[in-house]
Amino acid sequence: MTAAPLLSVEDVSVDLPTPRGNLRAVDRVDLTVGAGRTLGIVGESGSGKTMLSRAILQLLPRKAKPSGRVMFDGQDLARLDGEALRKLRARSLAVVFQDPMTSLNPVLTIGTQLVETLQEHLDLDSAAARKRSVELLAAVGIPAPEARLMQYPHQLSGGMRQRVAIAIALSCEPKLLIADEPTTALDVTIQAQILDLLAREQRRRHMAMIIITHDLGVVAGRTDEVAVMYAGRVVERAPTHALFKHMHMPYTEALLAAIPKIDAAPHTRLPAISGRPPDPTRPLKGCSFSPRCRYAAGRCHSEKPSLALAESPAHQFACFHPIGLAAGVSA
Amino acid sequence: MATLELGLDQDVAIVSVRRTRRLGLLFWTAVGWMIFVFAVAILAPVLPLPSPTDMDMLERRAAISALHWLGTDGLGRDELSRLAYGARISLTVGLLAPVIGITIGGALGLLAGYFRGRFEQLVVGSMDVLLAFPPLILALAVTAYLGQSVFNLTCILGVLGIPAFMRVARASTLTLARREFVIAAQALGASHARILFRELLPNVALPLLAFFLLGVAVTIVVEGALSFLGLGVPPPISSWGSMIGEGRESLEIAPQLAFIPAIAMFLTVLSFNLVGDTLRALTDPRQGAL
Repeated sequence: MTAAPLLSVEDVSVDLPTPRGNLRAVDRVDLTVGAGRTLGIVGESGSGKTMLSRAILQLLPRKAKPSGRVMFDGQDLARLDGEALRKLRARSLAVVFQDPMTSLNPVLTIGTQLVETLQEHLDLDSAAARKRSVELLAAVGIPAPEARLMQYPHQLSGGMRQRVAIAIALSCEPKLLIADEPTTALDVTIQAQILDLLAREQRRRHMAMIIITHDLGVVAGRTDEVAVMYAGRVVERAPTHALFKHMHMPYTEALLAAIPKIDAAPHTRLPAISGRPPDPTRPLKGCSFSPRCRYAAGRCHSEKPSLALAESPAHQFACFHPIGLAAGVSA
Repeated sequence: MATLELGLDQDVAIVSVRRTRRLGLLFWTAVGWMIFVFAVAILAPVLPLPSPTDMDMLERRAAISALHWLGTDGLGRDELSRLAYGARISLTVGLLAPVIGITIGGALGLLAGYFRGRFEQLVVGSMDVLLAFPPLILALAVTAYLGQSVFNLTCILGVLGIPAFMRVARASTLTLARREFVIAAQALGASHARILFRELLPNVALPLLAFFLLGVAVTIVVEGALSFLGLGVPPPISSWGSMIGEGRESLEIAPQLAFIPAIAMFLTVLSFNLVGDTLRALTDPRQGAL
């Protein structure tokens, strides 16, 4: 975490015009990721995690109106023209998506997809690209990689497809890999394998990674830093161990409490977060979590808390009544 | 750890790759008929057939005989010979017109579905105009203005097919362009041309090709209808449609003159549909997967 980080997201907002009015999907988010580091972005569905990742990649839907700066490797991505952006993406960015069924082209063989990507990026002839494809497939733990090259995505299992998607993403040696819910569509035993694979390849290539998930269990132990998002805002951000040791934001606490415990008695009620996230087309005046927060009182309903520093540096949270701290820390 | 659990499904997946489904007798009969019709059409000039335009006024509407295998028509021309030469016209128009449609319509649909915006509005709007224009009037206008010829007929039918191909291409592009593999390709820095040709086109090509074979069948019928109405190929060239049209005049005396070309057309169109359906089901690698 020295000097300029690889990626820094500065005051980024994304507005989506909808028939019901303006929808603020991402609200003034600041984040940084250093080279070789891992950031976890956690939040429930609709909290703006995916929109934020699209904003970083500059791949927002056509109608979306982004603002703020996305600095990557010293360049402001929003200011690059189409061709320069394309080249930068080709050299240093890659994504892995949630559903490996739709993230691979259904009518091309695995080999075609890998070989063509390699040829495009690394200027290899077809024999070399083929050899490299086999190496990549072997590296992501696919047995009999030569035979797999001839197969279509639907002939592979979900876990295998996700491995192939990772191989394609890794093929151009990216500096930053964005994994958007990489394990959500997989069953639990495969989830750990895919996460281990991502972590291993990340260490080997010294690449930075952003893991987007709704599962706090995924980020625990696999990330350096965690940002918790709610209703488009980052509401708590801390080094992973600090977050799990002393979380200050009631939303983070509620998220953690909502994970089923293995030692709970059968038929225990899960302490789910009551209510629903606020309607993003009608932003609340106060803290966006206040209607669902059991600590909410007074100015929670009338004033938006901003991200404030806690006792340790790098631990930020947006709350007037943080857990485990004397009340009154605020903007 | 990663490779342990994968040992099981590996063999199964690789063995089951090759398609072993049976094609069935019906499919092969259809293929056989198509090969036969194409062979006759291509080889018509070298086959020992009498000229399709030689009239024998003494042998008008002759019955089936050793000399005239399928008899003669109202002007004493050999029916079999006219059928063979008619196949050339019907198949040429039937194949070339959908080629125009699939090329222009497919390209427009792909671009419109991918780039959206103004361009899409323009394309969809102009296709709606083309669809709203009565096809028969267009055919009449063009043949009246430019004259009757095989080339003009092909162009008219080709242009009339463009909106349908455009819609098929655009509809599948719209759903595909939102798929994550397209976004993943963009994130990896793929250019528009690459995404259009390598990611989208192979996907869009499948429904387009299936539609193409249907288009061939429909065009053969439409060409027949236009020729029947006298808007098709100019006499003395024969096409199946014009033969049916001419046979209509003597339906009571010699019904075979209308029925023989009608049967040929029916069997050919049926074969195209059968083969098209079977090939689509077979070559679609997404079968059962989506």
